[in-house]
Amino acid sequence: MSIEQTPQAFETLNPIDEARRQIEICNACRYCEGYCAVFPAITKQKTFGDGDISQLANLCHNCRGCYYACQYTEPHEFALNLPGVLAQVRQDSWQDHAWPRGAGQAFHRSGVAIACAVIVGFMALLLAVQAIGSAGGDGFYATLSHNAMVAIFVPAFLFPVLSIGISLRRYWAHIGGQKVTLGALTQAFGDAARLKNLSGGHGEGCNFEDEDRFTHLRRIGHQLTMWGFLLCFAATSTATVMHYVFDLPAPYDLLSLPKLLGITGGVLLTLGTAKLAWLKPKGDRSLGDTRVWGGEMAFILLLFVVAVTGLVLYAATGTAAVPLLLALHLGTVLAFFLLMPFSKMVHGFYRLAALVRDAQQK
Amino acid sequence: MTNKTPDIVIVGGGNAALCAAITAAEAGARVLILEGAPKEYRGGNSRHTRNFRCMHDGPLSVLTGSYGEDEYYNDLLLVTKGNTDENLARIAIRGSQESQPWMEAHGVRFQPSLSGTLSLSRTNAFFLGGGKALVNAYYRTAAALGVEVLYDAHVNHLELEGDRITRVDFTQHGTAHSLTPRAVVVASGGFQGNIERLVAAWGPEAENFLIRGTPYNRGDVLFDLLDQGVQSIGDPTQCHAVAIDGRAPKFDGGIVTRLDCVPFSVVVNTHGQRFYNEGEDVWPKRYAIWGRLVAAQDDQVAYSIIDSKSRDLFMPSVFPPVTADTIPELAVKLGLEPDAVAATIAEFNAACQNGDFKPTELDGVATEGLDPPKTNWARPIVDPPFYGYSLRPGVTFTYLGFKVDAQAQVQGATGPVQNLWAAGETMAGSILGQGYLAGFGMTIGTVFGRIAGKEAAAYVH
Ligand SMILES: Cc1cc2nc3c(=O)[nH]c(=O)nc-3n(C[C@H](O)[C@H](O)[C@H](O)COP(=O)(O)OP(=O)(O)OC[C@H]3O[C@@H](n4cnc5c(N)ncnc54)[C@H](O)[C@@H]3O)c2cc1C
Ligand code: SF4
Ligand code: SF4
Repeated sequence: MSIEQTPQAFETLNPIDEARRQIEICNACRYCEGYCAVFPAITKQKTFGDGDISQLANLCHNCRGCYYACQYTEPHEFALNLPGVLAQVRQDSWQDHAWPRGAGQAFHRSGVAIACAVIVGFMALLLAVQAIGSAGGDGFYATLSHNAMVAIFVPAFLFPVLSIGISLRRYWAHIGGQKVTLGALTQAFGDAARLKNLSGGHGEGCNFEDEDRFTHLRRIGHQLTMWGFLLCFAATSTATVMHYVFDLPAPYDLLSLPKLLGITGGVLLTLGTAKLAWLKPKGDRSLGDTRVWGGEMAFILLLFVVAVTGLVLYAATGTAAVPLLLALHLGTVLAFFLLMPFSKMVHGFYRLAALVRDAQQK
Repeated sequence: MTNKTPDIVIVGGGNAALCAAITAAEAGARVLILEGAPKEYRGGNSRHTRNFRCMHDGPLSVLTGSYGEDEYYNDLLLVTKGNTDENLARIAIRGSQESQPWMEAHGVRFQPSLSGTLSLSRTNAFFLGGGKALVNAYYRTAAALGVEVLYDAHVNHLELEGDRITRVDFTQHGTAHSLTPRAVVVASGGFQGNIERLVAAWGPEAENFLIRGTPYNRGDVLFDLLDQGVQSIGDPTQCHAVAIDGRAPKFDGGIVTRLDCVPFSVVVNTHGQRFYNEGEDVWPKRYAIWGRLVAAQDDQVAYSIIDSKSRDLFMPSVFPPVTADTIPELAVKLGLEPDAVAATIAEFNAACQNGDFKPTELDGVATEGLDPPKTNWARPIVDPPFYGYSLRPGVTFTYLGFKVDAQAQVQGATGPVQNLWAAGETMAGSILGQGYLAGFGMTIGTVFGRIAGKEAAAYVH
């Protein structure tokens, strides 16, 4: 190479190589060191393997602080857009490690269509089960026999667990992860629970809806969604335990644990996803992975529908609308679980893995 | 375009301009910023900065320990070799302490000193996200105060009649406009963006200089006013230049193009010859000297060569080094005569002595019988792979500026211009007559920007 040559023709680089190019510039600069965990991790190295780049990408939560603060964004010839390229690498890392292979890619090409098809499919199945007739239970089980529910739900729940488990193992090997210790886990979960890195380094949140303005809107939307989801999940789990361990089958009172958790979770999830869906179009798309913008939006809306149909179903208890509403709600829940390994939802698992790895490297 | 004539026009849109605009707007003035750059490149050289040097009597925000006025002033005397205006310098120094909380109150966020810059944690406060984040925060604060901003608004003339500026002429998107504000603050930096002016001042070598910061600081307002008899300060033939990566862009390469490899290397010119003691002192102290040294070589370029032993001893470079397994091969890749470079390296290696190599301090590991000598960190270049970097002079700023008084008021031929103030790089020559003290540019801009804003607002009321 002659030294007078322009350094690289970056337009043609694949996301990993493009991210490497940008990260090497950041490593010579370091101005953004205070924003998040990505930069301190960068400064520990001089050269970056593909696994290192994937790890950095999953440490990034797309707060965009480093984009608006960067003196090298386009039209500058260095053309820095770290949030954008890391989003692409992140997306690719989820797709490349997805099990079964290819399913991830298919989902991201046509996620909305697939999600709709799965919902319709499950609704049809559930309505068919209802039509065949219930085994004469109470409450919801009057419209859908409990055994039929279990026969549909258990596989739909176990499949994603298996799939994500396999993906994470592959990913862990790719980034060179070591044996997981309790210390690293505690630190990672602590950071995740507080969304520490979403604070922007100065506790004023991230840049999203209005260029370089720092706000907490995205963090709040995300927290509501995450805690709402976890509460809903806890509601289902407690109901399962009550059913099998204490022999206390549904329906439950309003003041019972499953309903308290479920209604609170449903409300939080509705608010959180509504906020995220409202925010998303306001952000600059090129600072995320433009290839999957639609799929991400569809996923937020799917979660929103899960939450809303759940709440409506509670409200409609005892009315003639229940059979249809139940099928709709459970159809969306099933679609959500089944598609979890291929949707934006996996980000949570990869991010935790990245935080654990980061704690190991500290 | 704006509908109402502003009270105050601020020329420029960097740190000094923004500090002046915010201060004046808070005092109730109607302020218009004319920024010559498009919005993406707003903020001049300030967008490339990372910290400011701040006096503090005790721990302050991210700053550790204390850094008193006299120590600060002595540091300034050392770099300027006394070429400073003590009164103005002390105003800047004292003002820095009080400016730090002001900056925070107006949106600037700080972070502990960056990795690799621990030596500055006591004296310099680092901006979270760097200078562009600072500039962004100030633009937001200014907007909230009602300050108007025109981008791509290039000021080409201030009409000086008697002791007053009576008109501001600027062009925006090819259309000429004039304004008649009651006061003007000039904060439009130096003239290093204007290569013809640099060539005129420095000689044809300046064609090959790289400009580390914005191309928009061309000195147009500075020369326009000097032509009208306003007083100048600072040596017009001098600029602050450092040795940077020769592959850096012509403009706006910013901080990442610095190269810290020189002390651990052998530096040759286009003829493959050494020309200066690479190990004279620790790099921060020699950074600026090498800008001049390289400028004096043919084609204003030099090449720094290390071997694998030294690869991890300095901050990573923005472009990967040229790499080869033998010295002649490396020379060819660098476009140099392989025999000449091989002979220079062989001669250097033969002159190296055993010693206790310590990369972070002056270790006295020197060559013997070599001219010029290398007086520290002299280790034979023998372990492949070998790495090469090209070096070119990178101009940080020019020293020529307006002569101002303690109120930042610009001095005309016969006394102060009644409604004209200057802040930042465009008047820094009064304080920084030569040399440079890391972080002092932002200090001057912040302190005198605030003074200029306050004085201009008081004048228009
Ligand atoms: C790479 C680099 C790193 C640096 N790092 C530091 C650091 O860490 N700390 C530090 O203290 N200093 C640093 N400096 C020096 C510092 O950048 C300057 O001292 C400081 O930014 C000067 O601020 P200013 O507001 O006077 O000028 P600038 O920030 O350069 O602003 C000048 C403004 O005027 C505008 N302008 C110019 N001409 C016209 C015209 N005719 N009409 C309208 N607008 C015009 C420009 O577009 C620009 O917005 C660095 C410099 C460089 C190049
Ligand atoms: S994003 Fe830009 S400003 Fe931030 S560290 Fe990277 S190169 Fe520097
Ligand atoms: S977008 Fe935010 S989280 Fe991602 S690298 Fe930049 S500052 Fe860090």
